[in-house]
Amino acid sequence: MDHFPTNWGRPRNDAFDAYGTYPIHQRAPVKDTFAEGVQHTQQPIVTGTSVLAIQYKDGIMMAADNLASYGSLARFKDVRRLHAVGTSTVIGASGDMSDFQAIQSILDDLVTDEFTHGDGHDLGPAEVHEYLSRVMYARRSKINPLWNSLLVGGFRDGKRFLGYVDLLGTTYSAPSIATGYGAYIAIPLLRAAVDGKQDQLTEENAKKILHECMRVLFYRDARSLDKYQIATVSAAGVTISDQIQIETAWGFAEGIRGYGAQTQ
Amino acid sequence: MTSIGTGYDLSASTYSPDGRIFQVEYANKAVENSGTAIGLRVKDGVVLAVEKVVHSKLLVPESNRRIQTIDKHVGLASAGYLADGRNLSNRARDEASGFRENYRSPPTLQYIVDRLGLYVQAYTLYSSVRPFGCSTILGAVDKNGPALYVIEPSGVAYGYRGAAVGKGRQLAKTELEKLKFDELSMREAVMEAARIIYLVHDDAKEKDFELEMSWVGTETNGVHLPVPKDLFDEASRKAKAALEDFE
Amino acid sequence: METIDIARLKSGEVNLGTSIMAVQFKDGVVVGADSRTTTGSYIANRVTDKLTHVHERIYCCRSGSAADTQAIADIVHYYLQLHTQMSGSPPPVHTAATMFQKLCYENKDALSAGIIVAGWDKEAGPSVYNIPLGGGLFKQPWAIGGSGSTYVYGYCDATYQEGWDRDQTVEFVKNTLALAMSRDGSSGGVIRMCVITEDKVERLFVPGDQLPKFWQGKEVLGSEVPRSAELAGAVAMAVDA
Repeated sequence: MDHFPTNWGRPRNDAFDAYGTYPIHQRAPVKDTFAEGVQHTQQPIVTGTSVLAIQYKDGIMMAADNLASYGSLARFKDVRRLHAVGTSTVIGASGDMSDFQAIQSILDDLVTDEFTHGDGHDLGPAEVHEYLSRVMYARRSKINPLWNSLLVGGFRDGKRFLGYVDLLGTTYSAPSIATGYGAYIAIPLLRAAVDGKQDQLTEENAKKILHECMRVLFYRDARSLDKYQIATVSAAGVTISDQIQIETAWGFAEGIRGYGAQTQ
Repeated sequence: MTSIGTGYDLSASTYSPDGRIFQVEYANKAVENSGTAIGLRVKDGVVLAVEKVVHSKLLVPESNRRIQTIDKHVGLASAGYLADGRNLSNRARDEASGFRENYRSPPTLQYIVDRLGLYVQAYTLYSSVRPFGCSTILGAVDKNGPALYVIEPSGVAYGYRGAAVGKGRQLAKTELEKLKFDELSMREAVMEAARIIYLVHDDAKEKDFELEMSWVGTETNGVHLPVPKDLFDEASRKAKAALEDFE
Repeated sequence: METIDIARLKSGEVNLGTSIMAVQFKDGVVVGADSRTTTGSYIANRVTDKLTHVHERIYCCRSGSAADTQAIADIVHYYLQLHTQMSGSPPPVHTAATMFQKLCYENKDALSAGIIVAGWDKEAGPSVYNIPLGGGLFKQPWAIGGSGSTYVYGYCDATYQEGWDRDQTVEFVKNTLALAMSRDGSSGGVIRMCVITEDKVERLFVPGDQLPKFWQGKEVLGSEVPRSAELAGAVAMAVDA
């Protein structure tokens, strides 16, 4: 008996028998374990948004907010996305935070390994950048990438370094770089303010430029937070700042009415 | 040593009738022929010092170091065969980095010493290998504070406040016993360490030697580092002066 | 990209669509959980214990696949016993959290597990670690997890304060879980809590009929339909007032 009146008088669907009222022969579905291939992860889950970095007179500066998102949920609000590697390098990560933590421990082990050799050599930003690019490319070649865009910055032997690496192993170097939304929103601002003027920019100027960009990103990036940190690398070494609060302005919106001709 | 050459000393896997393993005892002999190594565990850190006998003027100064770094906070000084000491320090590094990988935190010295003790002991069990010809002093500052251990060729490991191995160990121990380890600062310990190494060095018999010193503790922010040059020079100078007074 | 597929279960799998929580206070931590386990929309177990002992003073709260999280907890339990025997002292909470994290990260393709690790140790005192889906490790003063948690982030942000004592913390956990359970169909049943301090682990239980009550919706009143002759042919269609 078909209990659904809408089905009455219509052709019967033998493939589906809701109440098991009569036996329908069905062949076992063909299952091939490897039909879909071996699947690795492949979406980021807990994520960080943009990282910005610029060169300035005495070295480099990098900024990233303290948010780790879970989809659109702002899940962890006190996460450090800037990490010192050795004494002259800092890395900043956007993308999957669990992969970033794995990268941190890979690099920490590497630095410890270099240190225990005790041969007077250690890793600078250029070496860390190159190493990371090899790690990232090796993983993408296993179709199992580390889901990050990373910035590597540092100061060593009187020279600045600023580079980019991502989940594909792509690399490049520039006086100002940004990942994620920053690449769309902050880069035009940073290029105008920094590129070609690296040698004149003071620490104070550099901080101000980054602060302004972080503010614009907070206005326009739905996965951002109004708290961030700045890392500075110069001849003095690596400094990662306390949390900086972004002040925002909304007063201008009070008089806005409707979406067109409305005035009430 | 009685019963030498009785046939029970050819293999580490054979006991003598009175229950000894001669290969292990011979390994200790190798240590006794070596330049002295000492370690001091004081209230805020550990100092290691080694008398490195320089057997040729052609050697580059500061080469063939006998003090090595195992992990950021762990140092190792060896007496005996340097090559065996190097093998042991490589093993120690693997143990330390393995611990870090598993637990994402720095290993305690106790852990490294336990693991290394097992490793050394395994070389006293088989006829196909020879025991390590070195005694190893390990020093660190970990979550439990300053720590100092010695691992012997048999694989046993003891914790010490002051430790000495190698040729001049007897005299060094006598000197160490006079110290108040709980009251010494790391800087004072460096002075004492240099003094003891200069004191135990036998000018008459031995050729030149090089002093090697390292430390880990509050002075170094918990990192195992060579003693900085100015302090090292001061300690050497004072040690030489003390030696002249002593004589 | 934006949607998180937390229901990445294997076919026929039992889901801990859950509300779990851990909060630290001065002397210890309070961990809590609801008790509902579902297969699809059927409640497979209405009195589950999701607070899992992994060492004397370390517990974990499990969310995601029951099979996966039980297997992980069993492995960590074993590792911690081994670690205790070898090191001669109880493990730090950080150590336990690292073990969970490693398993979750290295097998992220095969697992659906969101775990909160909490407890007390000699070095750090009370601590709470959160290990969400991808296998990251996050230290927090309080953590919530499972499908129910998404409904109560606002409540927790608005309510939590540092410096609470034991009873205030227990009250917070109880209220948060009750709110989550009332809005999340995959959470429900009873509230189980553990108060972990240096001296002991205390089990607390709130039966399903004694949960804290909040806004329950406006009371629905009945209405009478007069059966008079005039209206007999005009029985109104039901329309909500």
